[in-house]
Amino acid sequence: MNFTEHPAFVFPFVVGMLFIFIYLPVIYVTWLRKNSLADFKTILRSIFTTNTLKAVREIFSECLLHRRIFRYNIRLGYMHMSLAFGWFLLIVVGKIETMVFTHDGFNPPYLPVFFKYFYPSGIPDTFKGRFFLMIMDLLLILVLSGLFLAFLKRFRSRVLGMKRTTKHIFPDRIALTFLWFIFPLRWFAESVTAGIAGSGGFFTLGSGRALASFLPLEDLLLPSWWAYSIVLGGFFFALPFSRYMHIFTEVVLIFLKYWNLATPERQNAYADFEINACSRCGICTNVCQLSADAGITHSQAVYFLRDLRYGTPERPVLENCFLCGRCSQACPVEIGIDQLRIAGRKRMMNAIAPAAEMRPVVSANGEKVDVLYFAGCMSHLTPGIIDATREILTRAGIRFSVLDDREEVCCGRPARQAGFADQARSIIARTTALINRSGASLLLVTCPICYKVFNEEYDLPIPVEHHTVFLNRLMTERPSLFRKSSLRMSYHDPCDLGRGSGIYEQPRSIIRRTGVLVSAAHEREDALCCGGSLANLAITPRQRTLVTDSAYQMLTAGNPDYVVTSCPLCKKTFAAGKREIPVADIAEIARMMLQPEEILHPEKAGEAELESEGQEICQ
Amino acid sequence: MSVNPKKRVAVVGAGVAGIAAAVALKRAGVDADVYEKESGPGGHLTRWHALFPGRENAATVLQGFLNEVKENRLDIRTGTLVTDIRKENGLFRVTTGSGECSEYGAVLLANGFRLFDAARKEEYGYGIYPRVITSPDLEKRMEDPATGLLIHNQAPKKVAFVHCVGSRDAKVGNRYCSKVCCISGVKQAIAVREQYPSCEVMNFYMDLRMFGSGFEELYQEAQEKYGINFIRGRVSEAAPTLDGSIQVKAEDTLLGCPLKVTVDWLILLVGMEPGIPGSLHDSLGLERDDAGFAGCRNKFLLPGYSSVDGLFLAGACAGPATIPDSVNQGRAAALSAIHYLNGKV
Repeated sequence: MNFTEHPAFVFPFVVGMLFIFIYLPVIYVTWLRKNSLADFKTILRSIFTTNTLKAVREIFSECLLHRRIFRYNIRLGYMHMSLAFGWFLLIVVGKIETMVFTHDGFNPPYLPVFFKYFYPSGIPDTFKGRFFLMIMDLLLILVLSGLFLAFLKRFRSRVLGMKRTTKHIFPDRIALTFLWFIFPLRWFAESVTAGIAGSGGFFTLGSGRALASFLPLEDLLLPSWWAYSIVLGGFFFALPFSRYMHIFTEVVLIFLKYWNLATPERQNAYADFEINACSRCGICTNVCQLSADAGITHSQAVYFLRDLRYGTPERPVLENCFLCGRCSQACPVEIGIDQLRIAGRKRMMNAIAPAAEMRPVVSANGEKVDVLYFAGCMSHLTPGIIDATREILTRAGIRFSVLDDREEVCCGRPARQAGFADQARSIIARTTALINRSGASLLLVTCPICYKVFNEEYDLPIPVEHHTVFLNRLMTERPSLFRKSSLRMSYHDPCDLGRGSGIYEQPRSIIRRTGVLVSAAHEREDALCCGGSLANLAITPRQRTLVTDSAYQMLTAGNPDYVVTSCPLCKKTFAAGKREIPVADIAEIARMMLQPEEILHPEKAGEAELESEGQEICQ
Repeated sequence: MSVNPKKRVAVVGAGVAGIAAAVALKRAGVDADVYEKESGPGGHLTRWHALFPGRENAATVLQGFLNEVKENRLDIRTGTLVTDIRKENGLFRVTTGSGECSEYGAVLLANGFRLFDAARKEEYGYGIYPRVITSPDLEKRMEDPATGLLIHNQAPKKVAFVHCVGSRDAKVGNRYCSKVCCISGVKQAIAVREQYPSCEVMNFYMDLRMFGSGFEELYQEAQEKYGINFIRGRVSEAAPTLDGSIQVKAEDTLLGCPLKVTVDWLILLVGMEPGIPGSLHDSLGLERDDAGFAGCRNKFLLPGYSSVDGLFLAGACAGPATIPDSVNQGRAAALSAIHYLNGKV
C-alpha cells in the first residue's frame, strides 16, 4: 500500500478538518471586530512582552494539563488531562512519526491520523519504528482511560468529585457522541489492521489477535477506518456549535487575557471568547450554594453562559444569582462570570427600563474632619455597627463625621448590580463631590459592598479603608486601647471583602488580638455566601433561608461564643433567624474589647461611667 | 402517690390555657400535675397591663384565674422546667430540669409562645436605642403612671407603633400572622392617647386584621375619637437623633411617598413564635405545621389532638391565640384527654 493512493475513507475527516480551519478564523475575526481601536492598541502594547510567554505557559498548564482541575479533584483532573494532553500528543507524536518516516514535513494531514492503515507495522524493522509503535499505543491507552472516566462521570459523577453533571443541550449530545466514538473506533481500526498484518504496537496487536479469533478482520478493515474517519469528521462539524468550541477558543482567550483585553464592562471581543471558552465542565454548579442548599438548578454560571452563547438569557437565569463569586473562583478557565452577568443585566435593563431614574442624593453638611465615615444603607439597617464604630472613633480621639448621618447618600453599587449602569455613574459622581467637599484625609466604610465599589469605580483623592483594615491598624498603633478576652469566635468572610477585595487577614488578626479564632469549614477564597446578597433579584425568601441556615451551621460547628463577620448585610442575614450563637460585626467585637475608661484614665473614671450607660452589645 | 399513673395527666405550662385545662380536669375528677417554668402561674398574662378590646385590667383577670387555681387546689410546680417527654409502652415519661421523672397516661401541652426577639430586626434599633421598646415593654411602663412614657417628666409629643414586627416577615423566617398584635396596637395607641392627650400617635401597618367582636369598632374609634393616624407602610429603618428621640424612615404606600418622622418613642408590636423546643418535637415525634407550631391531626375534626396519641395541645403552642381562644382550647383539650384516658378515643 502507498499513502499516495488517497483512499476514499479519508474524505469525511479531511472535509471536517477543512471546515474547522475555515470556520474558526472567520468566527474569531467576527468577534475581534467588536474591539475598539483602543483595544487593539492595548493588545499591541502587550503582544511583544513576556506576557505572551506567560500565556503560552498557561495554555500548556491549563488547556493541556488542566492543573486547576487537578487541584479541584485529582480524578477529574486526570480525566480532562488524559483527553486533552493525550489527544494532543497523539497528534504531535503521530506527526513526528510520519515525518521521520517520509522525511517530509508536508505530508498530507490525514497521513498521521490514518498512519496505521497505510503502514500497519510502522517504520519497518527499526528501533525508531518500534519506539513509535509503543509510544502511540501508550498514548491511545491514556486517552481511552480518560474516556472511561468521562463515561463513568455521566453515571457516577461523585466518583469524580462532582455532585451533579451539567445538563446538556442537543448539539452537545451530538458532539459528545462523536467524541466518545473517536478513540474506541481508532483502537478498533488499528487493532483490525494490526491483526491482519500480524504486526503493530503491543496494545493494538494484542487486541487485533484477540479480535481475529472471532471476527472476519479482512471484511472489517475498510469499514472500521471509514467509521473512524466519519466520527472524526462529524465531531469537527459539531464542534463549533457545541461546548467543544472551548478547545480552541480557550487558547485564544488566554492570549487575550495576557494581552490585557479584559475590561469590567465586558464590552469588547473578550466577552465572546469567554462565553465560548466555557467547556461546561460543571464545576461551577458544584460549588454553587443555590443548587446545594436551595434546589435552584437553572441559573448557574454554566447555564447562564450557555444561554448567553446561543441567545439572550431569560430574566430568571440572569437574576437568580448572589454574585458571590464562588463560581468565578472555582472556574478552571477563569471566566469573569459576575462581570458577564452584570453586563447582561445592563442590557436587559436598557431593554425594559431605559428611562429609569434613581432617587437623587441629598446634600450632606460638611465640617472639617480627619476621618469621613460612610456607613451606607446596609449599616443603617444594622445600627449596632454604626454605634460601635462611632464609639471606637470617639474613644480613640479621632475627629470624624458621618457622611450619611442624616441624609441618604448612596455608593451606587446596588444600581450597578441590578444593571442600571448609567444611573450608577451619576450617583457615583454626586457622592464623589460630597466626599471631596469634606476635606477628610480618609474615607472609612463599614460595608464591603460600598468598599468594593469605592475602590473600583471611584477616583478619590483620599484612601478608602474598610473598618477591618482600619481597626486592625488602630489595634497595632494603640494596643492599650483594647483588651484581650477568652471569647471564641468564628469568622465569616463576606463575598465582597474576601473574594471581592482580597481582605482575609485583617479581620482574623482583630479576632486573635481580642479573643480566640475558631476555624470553620469553607474559609477565605472558599467562603460561603450568607445568602443575603442583594445581587440575586429572583430568589424567594424561603430559598434564601435555606442557603443562610446551611452557611450558619458551618460557622457554628466549632461551637464558638460569637459568629463574627464584617459586613452589615451578612450580619443582618445571619441574625434574622433564631440563633443560639449570636452574630456580631467585627466593630461590635472591637467595641466590646475597648479597654474600660477607668483603666485607661483612672482620673476620668466618673465621667466614663455616665457615658457608657446602655452601650451593651446587642444580645 | 397512690394514683395509677395511667389515670393522671401532666399539663405543661400554667398560662391561661394550662390553668383552664387543669381546672377542667380537676373538676372532672382527673388528677393533673401542672408544670410551670416561671416562678408563678399566669404566663404572658402577667406581662400585660390592660387587655383588648375593652382594656380590662389584666391584673384583675389574672386574679380570676389564680382564684380558680386556689379553689380547685391545683398542684402547680412552679420554677420547674420540663426538659424531656417520652412515650414508652403507652405511658408518658416527663423529665424536669432537676432530673425528676414522673409517668402519666396523657400529656396536655400548653406551653404557649415565645415573644419575637425584636433585636433580630436590627434596623429598628431595639436593644440599641433606649427609646425603642416592644409592646410588652409598653404594658409594663403603663402600669406605673409615674414612669409611663414620660421623658424628663414631660409627656411625649409623638409616638409611633410598628405593626407586624416578626410576623408576616419572610426575612426573619416567619410568614404567618400573629393574630393579636393588630388589635393590641390599636388598644395601646388609644391608651397612649388617653394618658397623654397632647401626644400625636401614628401606627405603621401593612393591613389591619380586626377579626374579633368589637375589634373593628375599636379601630374606627381609634381614628375618629382619638385621632390616631394609621399609615399603611412598613418602617424601613430607625436612627437616633441628638436628643435621643428616634428618626423613622418609612413609606406611605397609600400616598406613594417616602416619609421621615422623628418620634419620642418607637413601639414595636412583636409577634408570637413557637414555644415548644425542637428537642421535644424530636423525642416525641411531634409534628409541626409550616410555621413551626405544634400541628394537630385534623384541623376540623380533631383540633387539639397532636400527631402523638395521648398528647393534646392547648393555647398558643399550637398557633397564635387570644386569651379566650386559649381558655376554650384548654377546656376542650382537657375533655379530649379524659376521653383518651377512658379509652373512648
